[in-house]
Amino acid sequence: MMNAQAVAGGAGVDAEPRVVLSARGLRRDFAGFVAVKNVDLDVHHAKIHALIGPNGAGKTTVFNLLTKFLAPSAGRIELLGRDITHTPPAKVARLGLVRSFQISAIFPHLTVLDNVRVALQRPGGLGYQFWRSLGALDLLTPRAEALLETVGLQNERHRLAADLSYGRKRVLEIATTLALDPKVLLLDEPMAGMGHEDVGIVAEIIRDVARDRAVLMVEHNLKVVADLCDWITVLQRGEIIAAGDYATVSQDEQVKVAYMGTAYD
Amino acid sequence: MAALTTSGIRNRTRARTEWMLVGVAVAALLAAPFFLYPVFLMKMLCFALFACAFNLLLGFTGLLSFGHAAFFGGAAYFTAHAVKEWGWTPEAGILLGVAGAALLGLVMGFFAIRRQGIYFSMITLALAQMFYFFCLQAPFTKGEDGIQGVPRGHLFGFIDLGLSLNMYYFVLGCFLLGAFAIWRIVNSPFGMILKSIRENENRATSLGYSVARYKLAAFVMSAALAGLAGAMKALVFQFATLTDVTWQMSGEVILMTLLGGIGTMLGPIIGAGLVVALQNYLATSEFPVTIITGAIFMICVLLFRRGIVGEIQARLARGGSGEEV
Ligand SMILES: Nc1ncnc2c1ncn2[C@@H]1O[C@H](COP(=O)(O)OP(=O)(O)OP(=O)(O)O)[C@@H](O)[C@H]1O
Ligand SMILES: [Mg+2]
Repeated sequence: MMNAQAVAGGAGVDAEPRVVLSARGLRRDFAGFVAVKNVDLDVHHAKIHALIGPNGAGKTTVFNLLTKFLAPSAGRIELLGRDITHTPPAKVARLGLVRSFQISAIFPHLTVLDNVRVALQRPGGLGYQFWRSLGALDLLTPRAEALLETVGLQNERHRLAADLSYGRKRVLEIATTLALDPKVLLLDEPMAGMGHEDVGIVAEIIRDVARDRAVLMVEHNLKVVADLCDWITVLQRGEIIAAGDYATVSQDEQVKVAYMGTAYD
Repeated sequence: MAALTTSGIRNRTRARTEWMLVGVAVAALLAAPFFLYPVFLMKMLCFALFACAFNLLLGFTGLLSFGHAAFFGGAAYFTAHAVKEWGWTPEAGILLGVAGAALLGLVMGFFAIRRQGIYFSMITLALAQMFYFFCLQAPFTKGEDGIQGVPRGHLFGFIDLGLSLNMYYFVLGCFLLGAFAIWRIVNSPFGMILKSIRENENRATSLGYSVARYKLAAFVMSAALAGLAGAMKALVFQFATLTDVTWQMSGEVILMTLLGGIGTMLGPIIGAGLVVALQNYLATSEFPVTIITGAIFMICVLLFRRGIVGEIQARLARGGSGEEV
């Protein structure tokens, strides 16, 4: 693990391709219903990997399994060469695998700035300090403000997160995720419900972030997928029906059938 | 930019008015025993601290405990026993009560935090009921009689707490210390994480926080402070009985907190003050106390869900943003 981390955490842009997150034979049953079956997945460093499929295909469930929010019924997950099949979710996040949620996950009654600072607080043991004043968090403010600036939220930093528009909340969630400086990012429909402008901003951020990180994202907008993603895995009824680059996948007969009637934009 | 600076100034003036209000309140509390019956005031302070401790968990961590009587009443028993049977000084007795409540909180919290929502509440209730039966059966609690005739003793060996003014200022000191501790915890880096857990537990987990540990830490702190309140009450009234470990007591502290305003610093204090005052008033009248407090509870929940202080704050906030427009 030390080894993998040392490699992944190198200074400068390290774009050498290698598998950082892999799953083998992933399966999840819900009371007799198999939501995810026999899923093999390899997520590469410095690549953007899309997980697509019709509604209810099991994409979010795969995310929940990879991040250990749900325990797999079978299968094995490895992160940076380390078996995380039985690791608790918070530990998985600390190891560098951080997810966002399909339904925007922010802290509504904290300010925008505090939302990001909460993410920056854990390293250094600032999380448990109950005897110090909030001034102890001031040293995190410059970094938090820089992150807000990259996503264009700097002017809203003192507003309550609850008062942001839906699209801006999602942007805030991404800034918060980036604050952890994860090795692998799992983004569940990061652009859903966003205005045109925010989609552009977020696409740029994801592209930028992926220069020295791995990204796995669920996305319904196939144009975004075509533009952004290096590799695509198609899921249907819990099973992988195709994988490859956009050209390959979009020509696949099974994928065409699965997407029949689905808007192609 | 201009809006930002004005809001900054407004925040600072608001902070200053808040500190002034606190100063006025402390001055009023210092003078109060010259105008009001000290035992009544001390009862209010004990329950106010109890409600504040409860609110640390409900208001700032988002956990609804139905078993806080165990800490309040448990600490009362521990303190009463140590002072009466072992001849401990009052401060040592209180420390034992607090430590005992914290330990009880650690055990109860350990089992309860594994569950969420109503299941969490149900487990705390079940464990508190088990503790109630323990208190009913254990010889040291003296069953239905309770521990009676607890001497108040001498604080640090030389301040006679038998004098009601001495006792009052001691209780006031403990109350202020406890309230300050809660304020400190809420407005600390740790408190920030508690709030984020309250706001979105899954998100806090995905940021790498081991939510269960934070909840357990908050639970133990809340239990210890509830214990401080119970320990003081045992010395004030000079007895510890089963009343303080019943589920009704757990319900009462919920009522006080809801009435005053969840998640506000002042709310539980106001709520506790009102409920205690009402109980005192009704005790001398013909009305059935439980029915009246139950009715007030319902009216409160139906009419102003934010509680008294929460409602006032919301009005002020609305007025404040009105100015800006
Ligand atoms: N906790 C659960 N209990 C029972 N069934 C579940 C649970 N979570 C998901 N499912 C089921 O598993 C299947 C896959 O759901 P999932 O949310 O993973 O789909 P998805 O591909 O993310 O869909 P969408 O595009 O709508 O987000 C669905 O049929 C869903 O009803
Ligand atoms: Mg989904």
